[in-house]
Amino acid sequence: MYLKLRGEEVLDLKFKIFEPPRFYEAFLRGRRFSEAPDITARICGICPIAYQTSACNAMESAAGVELTGGLRALRRLIYCGEWIESHSLHVFFLHAPDFLGYDSALAMANDFPEQVQMGLKLKKIGNQIMTLIGGREIHPINIRVGGFFRVPTKTELESLVPDLEWALEAAMATTKWISDLPFPDFERDYEFVALQHPDEYAIHEGRIVSNRGLDIGVDEWDDHFEETHVAWSNALHARRKNGGAYHLGPMARYSLNSEQLTPAAKEIARVAGLGPTCLNPFRSIIVRAVEIAFACEEALRLIDGYVRPEAPSIEVEPRDAIGHGASEAPRGTLYHQYQIDSGGLIIDAHIVPPTSQNQLSIEDDLRAYVVGRTQLTDDQLQWQLEQAIRCYDPCISCATHFLDLTVDRE
Amino acid sequence: MRKLLIGVGNPTRGDDAAGIEVARRVRRVEACQEASGSYQLMDRWDGADEVILVDAARSGAPAGTIHRFEAHDEPLPGGVLATSTHSVGVIETIEMARRLGRLPERVVVYGIEVADLSPGVGLSDQVEAAVNELVAEIDHA
Repeated sequence: MYLKLRGEEVLDLKFKIFEPPRFYEAFLRGRRFSEAPDITARICGICPIAYQTSACNAMESAAGVELTGGLRALRRLIYCGEWIESHSLHVFFLHAPDFLGYDSALAMANDFPEQVQMGLKLKKIGNQIMTLIGGREIHPINIRVGGFFRVPTKTELESLVPDLEWALEAAMATTKWISDLPFPDFERDYEFVALQHPDEYAIHEGRIVSNRGLDIGVDEWDDHFEETHVAWSNALHARRKNGGAYHLGPMARYSLNSEQLTPAAKEIARVAGLGPTCLNPFRSIIVRAVEIAFACEEALRLIDGYVRPEAPSIEVEPRDAIGHGASEAPRGTLYHQYQIDSGGLIIDAHIVPPTSQNQLSIEDDLRAYVVGRTQLTDDQLQWQLEQAIRCYDPCISCATHFLDLTVDRE
Repeated sequence: MRKLLIGVGNPTRGDDAAGIEVARRVRRVEACQEASGSYQLMDRWDGADEVILVDAARSGAPAGTIHRFEAHDEPLPGGVLATSTHSVGVIETIEMARRLGRLPERVVVYGIEVADLSPGVGLSDQVEAAVNELVAEIDHA
């Protein structure tokens, strides 16, 4: 990252992502529409379900079909597993050490072994849901356009209940523990964007809404958002067409949809001191913990109401069309768009992951966060800026010390 | 007493499969395979009194060299085992388990020095020989 300062003033800030493009959109062209979920799952080992779900949604919308009943419940349930797994990884292993003053979860484990154990167990329970429904936890193989290859019995799903009941309690205890940590005093006036659904806290489908009046169908994404190249980074920067940065992820979902949280999640959010909105990105760790509680409670509700579908999938006949799909990856809205021909071959693909949509918001945060901290040494500043970036749980946060900071002081 | 061998590696990256191959070939020890040396190793070895971990090594020693460490008493030296760019490795998992009190009573780590990690299936001659040597040693221990 490049930072140019004149005294307290930030003259220039560039967040440079040098990881090269992976050309997924190019090599999807010419493949069958039914291959998109398995191919795009490989984009992320932490959130493959998000990629599979957005791809399925897009293909099903192109074909004019949608999942109902038990198939819809399973799609939402496996997504709950991914939220539990991914959020637990982030809360306990990537983010909590920052607020406790450790540089890694390993260092934190000396003094907080119980919390680390709890995080490991929560993550494992998320993985169990993914394995039971998806066949395996990383890049599941049982998901297809139109549903699944095999659907579990009710008894199989009920085997998850005792662990999920423990997980709900653990997530609530975690939320309380986390909410007492010291957070930097920092807020910004974000445009929050997330999916919204009339009947539920949106995870796997919905309309795209914002706190500034946006309310569109997923198929209108192109009319309101755009991606641009910038010279200093290999990551595309997405922005609102009539404006600038917007913010995706737990804080956006919570701020737009918290009324729809399940009862225990709503209660623990109140106990943790979250109001109707959350504008401090560092406090997003509390929102993630609340969402773990929500995902556990929602998973229990889905299992309770589950009726095994007669067929593991519905028929999906491809037609000459453009399909749009979106879902709420743990890090925020993941949008897919595919053009397919009548024979079912992919003509064009467009995938917009949450991390690229949050790039501008991350840069705006850093620009604001540096002010008042310019007296820090470069090393201290680097650590604090890394923490600010980690609030977004971007894919790059896996590396604890990933930031190469160049400060140019005039 | 339960003894468990865990082979760690990627079966489609040439010699990185060394640990996986040892796990496939041993006959006298309960064995399993793991794609990464990440924290789920702890779930694998829960309940075992003795665990043998076999992973690929990249210390600069000649290909086929077999390194052996006893990890139950003291931390492993860094820089020997091959590391992954996107997950926690065997060494960090062992140290995490030590802090959490989840390390089996006896932990022996073997690292097999690799020659070639290019994408593809199949071991180099040196690593193939080392795998057979280690399998014979473990089966006859």
